[in-house]
Amino acid sequence: MQAPQRDEKPLRVGLFVTCLVDLFRPSVGFAAIRLLEDAGCEVVVPRSQGCCGQPAYNSGDNAGARAVARTLLDGFADCDHVVIPSGSCAGMLHHHLADLFADDAELGHRARHLAARCHELVSFLVDVLGVTSVEARCEARATYHDSCSGLRELGVREQPRRLLASVDGLELAEMTEAEVCCGFGGTFCVKYPEISDAMVANKLANIVAADAGLVLAGDLGCLLNMAGKASREGHDIAFRHVAEVLAGTDGTPALGRG
Amino acid sequence: MQGSNSKAFPASARAALDDAVLQSALHNLKSGFPVRRAEVVADLPEFEALRDAGRDIKDHTLANLDAYLELYEERVTASGGQVHWARTAAEACDIVMRICNDAGARTVTKGKSMVAEEIGLNERLDASGIRRVETDLGEYIVQLRGETPSHIIVPAVHVTRQEIGATFREAHDGLDPDRSLDDPRAITDEARERLRADFFAAEVGITGANFLIAESGSSVIVTNEGNGDLTQTLARVHVVVASIEKLVPTAEDAMAILRLLARSATGQEASVYTTVSTGPRRPGDPDGPEAYHVVLVDNGRSALIGTGFQDMLRCIRCAACMNHCPVYGAVGGHAYGWVYPGPMGAVLTPSLIGIDHSSHLPNASTFCGRCEQVCPMRIPLTRMMRNYRAVAHERGLGSRRARLALTLWVLVASRPVLYRWAARAGAAALRVLAFGRGRLRRLPLAAGWTATRDLPTPEAGGTFMSRYRRGQQR
Ligand code: SF4
Repeated sequence: MQAPQRDEKPLRVGLFVTCLVDLFRPSVGFAAIRLLEDAGCEVVVPRSQGCCGQPAYNSGDNAGARAVARTLLDGFADCDHVVIPSGSCAGMLHHHLADLFADDAELGHRARHLAARCHELVSFLVDVLGVTSVEARCEARATYHDSCSGLRELGVREQPRRLLASVDGLELAEMTEAEVCCGFGGTFCVKYPEISDAMVANKLANIVAADAGLVLAGDLGCLLNMAGKASREGHDIAFRHVAEVLAGTDGTPALGRG
Repeated sequence: MQGSNSKAFPASARAALDDAVLQSALHNLKSGFPVRRAEVVADLPEFEALRDAGRDIKDHTLANLDAYLELYEERVTASGGQVHWARTAAEACDIVMRICNDAGARTVTKGKSMVAEEIGLNERLDASGIRRVETDLGEYIVQLRGETPSHIIVPAVHVTRQEIGATFREAHDGLDPDRSLDDPRAITDEARERLRADFFAAEVGITGANFLIAESGSSVIVTNEGNGDLTQTLARVHVVVASIEKLVPTAEDAMAILRLLARSATGQEASVYTTVSTGPRRPGDPDGPEAYHVVLVDNGRSALIGTGFQDMLRCIRCAACMNHCPVYGAVGGHAYGWVYPGPMGAVLTPSLIGIDHSSHLPNASTFCGRCEQVCPMRIPLTRMMRNYRAVAHERGLGSRRARLALTLWVLVASRPVLYRWAARAGAAALRVLAFGRGRLRRLPLAAGWTATRDLPTPEAGGTFMSRYRRGQQR
């Protein structure tokens, strides 16, 4: 990996692993740790971490969201940065956490302090740590799906493409409408399943048209949705979190394959 | 709310998804406007600065709305026109009907106006026996078909070319059966021939307004067909129906926002016709109406000022949000059940008819944020949709099952130890259910998902937290 040398003591980075990675795809968490450590960070995984509260917040249940997000306010107090392998959860914490606790002076202060230190993984590597390339190999023609919150709330767009360009053997083919939502949308996909399905069908058509054998994204929700649609439709396409490829952890079967 | 069918959103959306003709019409919209908008925006380096300017103009106007409204009325009166204030939809319709009756109107021509749809003016005119002729091609098609617009700038976007041809053949007496109506040109020519006589016959011409200019008392409309000009200059009486937030202080302000409007709407640098009207015909004017009326409609807008939903009043009805919305693109405008569809409708509809009648609309979004990325007036659409979700949640709207599931989830997720345990149990259960196939084809509590998609199962070896604690690094 190419990253600037740091003279000072290493940054202490807390990994907020997110519900979906914890439950569905632990290898993304381990890939994140490896990428951060290779870039010279000291990585800690606080025990006190659950969910960022987004399912409740986006359902209009602000009290519920506060109850859930509160559990995050303590665990990361001694970290220089908090890094999250998801644009959606990072966007929630970075942009909305403070609003959620705006009416409470004490919790509001802690929420603002945490929010300011929260970053999405790949943009953290590139924008904060100055990583310009990785040492990884992956023989595939891949396409990258821009997850909505990462792209629009956090400006994650060029960073993953830049690092993917340094992966040996990887050919990146852009699909049409890479920036259009896949239809996951958290609770949206269960509240309005038919609309969600129409959106993911559209996404899958664009993936197929790009003739890619591997689809990468920075959010597990989108990946589960797209992978589930592709496998139901009988397509032989692999879906992985971008961190898995960047870290070179290739032994784990792709999503939905084992 | 009378006339609103927003409560039926889920069923209407499902029907729309199954409608193959509609789907092909929507496909053209999705692939057309966003591409053209991106091109013209890329050609204008100051576009982002212009967005800031547009937002600031409207914010300033809204902050001083009372003063500008008074100035506007004064200037309209000075130019020989008359302003009528309508608090409600019914009042607005009453005023228009009175003007029509006083003018002895038998035929009324009408330019495209979303606020006319909002106040139910079409139904009122039709019920009164006055012949209403829509002069915007899309509105004309929709009128012939007995429908309502499904898009705020392309009212007939849901209708295919073949259907338009069929509609004309049915409605137009004496149309030569051999005449081709296959291309847009032929369709336009046919409509134009039919409409010409009506333009001259109409006693009253009704238009909307894209802007009202306070300093001069002028109204501004932009069209691509020129129908608005004919509507307002050929009739004896011109009635402008406009909502109060159309106001801007100066002509210069209107011009600044116009540069945003055409680019955001259709991807044009400018609309084909931009028409400014100030009062009735003056002595020596070659044309113009004998009387000029403006009906200023509030209908719930002033109540938004000072609330978290005030920003919605900056909307210039450009439709960029719906042109870029994947939900609108999937289900079209009629599914939303009222006048305003797409993301702007998901905020404006609850603002105007109440969240009790429309709680699906702000909920039916993935919060992908593409709408506010393109909104020329920088309206925080997703934030306001989320605020309406909070209002809906407080009022106990929405399905009981969804609320129960949410309550249970909060109960567990707010207790990290319990949550970790539940995640472990969940991961194990999903793997057992999948019999090692790596994906589930059916899952009872997630039937909506698994009806059309598989659910990939969790990776082998347990949750991240349990593996990390065990010191496993892979
Ligand atoms: S909300 Fe914004 S994008 Fe949508 S119609 Fe209004 S001004 Fe245009």
